[in-house]
Amino acid sequence: MTDQTTRAPQTVARAARAKRANEEPYLEVSDLHVQFPTADGLVRAVQGLSYSLPLGRTLAIVGESGSGKSVSSMAVLGLHDAKTARISGSIKVGGREITGLSERALESYRGVDAAMIFQDPQSSLHPYFTVGDQIMEAYRTHRRVSKRAAKARAVEMLDRVGIPNPRRRVDNYPHEFSGGMRQRAMIAMALVNDPKLLIADEPTTALDVTVQAQILDLITDLQRDFGSAVVFITHDLGVVAEIADDILVMYAGSAIEQGPVEKVLGTPLHPYSWGLLESVPALTGEPAPLHPIPGTPPSLLAVPSGCAFHPRCEFRDRVPQDRCRTLKPDLLARTADPGHTSRCHLHEPDQVFQTDISPRLP
Amino acid sequence: MLLYILKRIVSAISVVIVTLVASFALFFLAPTDPAGVICGPRCTPTRLADIEQSLNLDEPPLEQIGSYMKGLVVGRDFTSGGVTQHCDAPCMGYSYTLGQPVTKLLKQAFPVTLSIVLGGAVVYLSVGILAGTIAAQRRGTTLDKVTVGTTLVVNSFPYFVLALLVALYATFLPQTGYHSFLDNPLLWASGLVAAWLTLGLANAAAYTRYSRASMIESLGQDFVRTARSKGVPHRRVVYRHGLRAALTPVATIFGIDLAFQLTNAIFTESIFGLPGLGMLTLRAFAQYDLPTLLGSVFVGSVALVLMNLLVDIAYTFLDPRVRLG
Repeated sequence: MTDQTTRAPQTVARAARAKRANEEPYLEVSDLHVQFPTADGLVRAVQGLSYSLPLGRTLAIVGESGSGKSVSSMAVLGLHDAKTARISGSIKVGGREITGLSERALESYRGVDAAMIFQDPQSSLHPYFTVGDQIMEAYRTHRRVSKRAAKARAVEMLDRVGIPNPRRRVDNYPHEFSGGMRQRAMIAMALVNDPKLLIADEPTTALDVTVQAQILDLITDLQRDFGSAVVFITHDLGVVAEIADDILVMYAGSAIEQGPVEKVLGTPLHPYSWGLLESVPALTGEPAPLHPIPGTPPSLLAVPSGCAFHPRCEFRDRVPQDRCRTLKPDLLARTADPGHTSRCHLHEPDQVFQTDISPRLP
Repeated sequence: MLLYILKRIVSAISVVIVTLVASFALFFLAPTDPAGVICGPRCTPTRLADIEQSLNLDEPPLEQIGSYMKGLVVGRDFTSGGVTQHCDAPCMGYSYTLGQPVTKLLKQAFPVTLSIVLGGAVVYLSVGILAGTIAAQRRGTTLDKVTVGTTLVVNSFPYFVLALLVALYATFLPQTGYHSFLDNPLLWASGLVAAWLTLGLANAAAYTRYSRASMIESLGQDFVRTARSKGVPHRRVVYRHGLRAALTPVATIFGIDLAFQLTNAIFTESIFGLPGLGMLTLRAFAQYDLPTLLGSVFVGSVALVLMNLLVDIAYTFLDPRVRLG
């Protein structure tokens, strides 16, 4: 379908699509629930998650381990085993409903409309096949092209993601690549079929800090060129500030705050988001003690009643009638800005942030 | 790589020498009396001394080891009753009781055992890996539980009981005895089929469990998730990505097993009447036939070190990350 001669106009088409970005969402998740029945009980990994993402924008999903960020994104790719996971709600990609698709239909969807980059490129690449082999496989799974054409495409992709000497490198095994190069190869593999949605699941966590920056630049570059929608899963707020347009903060399987990145990082409205900000060490000025969030994330087998964060929240006493413990807050706009929502009962949370939290931040 | 193989061969040779010396030592430390057995009940001291001399048993054991090793490498001469016979290298002496060169006996017996073991391996590898893969994919289902249960039942039977059961009840299988493959391949196969099935099915149980465990591990790996995320069809994910990685540990076990089976085919051979290495060794044991015993020890230890080397070399083909050196 796609070869060198048609690529240029396609990129133009992409750019045009990106302009229309704000009109229609490419990815639309609504009221997504993912549960895993286990011997110990029902693990409620994702509880009523909703978000939408247009082409050309990057959404960062932020949260601790076990907050449901990876599980929800795996569901977007239909990667959960129907035998072990219960999924309800709706996931629409480019207008097409993904939940409930047959395995066969999912196979032709994965890698074409949506692709994923994983956390650890070392274990995510097959150690017994060459990098080129694995990229070619991704290409040939969805297109009837000769091995030669597929190899040319693999070389082209490796070149595009900044692997030096791609013609030779295409025949290397993953262990002959450095960590950063492996992640570049993973990105090349994910993008080989021009997916319009890219999910990056902590793609820089396993890499050196200097390499992290390069990979982030690469992802932003590629997104600009291809005009795709990117879901970026991370727990690194520094990364978020650098690449995201929007943020979704997750806690215990639910979104607890959502909005444009400058709003959520500038004036966060949820005590958990405040805790995350306070946990970021200052790189300049006087070294100050960090202010960690007390306690540990809840077990998804027994999510706390009311607001899942209330056992760890230092502001729960400011909410009258013990509502934090008894009533789960809705994800609503809590200030004059309708695009910035939060799941917290606190009255005027922006004021609380200014008076109580802001002075404590470096 | 070549240097590595050379190094390994040198160390293999030393292992074989140590094994031979140890067998010699064990033989002479044990209360063995080969000359007495040959001489029989109505033995006179003169006759006994004659026999001992003709078998070189009158020499000190150290000297005997020396001349044995010399025979292996360059050949040696035997003098018996005034007649001198040259035995070409690799000379392992003459069987005390059969009067034939041990090398010749081994050359007759080894192909029998090799045929049994290799044919059995084809059966247990194909059955075991297939069943293990299927069970791993359906982990936790009734099919998986039945498969694992069956393997446990089969494994808890002593091997010779299984072999006897096949010999007693599977009488519809051809019983034509051993024929050389080179003479008549069809007759060769029909004579071995019962032994192949017995060895194959008994070991298939173990290989089903190895493959199942290895496959479950490999299907849980990140690279399998990557393959799925690319949209690779399920069957291809399982067989190309999963099984490919799962086979490496199975290959390791297989190499070692093969070497052991070459030396332990005794039950299979005696129950199905196949004149292999095991039968030869058993007879030699009963008759204190030192040269024949040493011969089978030699073959066994060579098989073991050779299989180990082959497994290591095979690894470089199985796993591109492995470099020998």
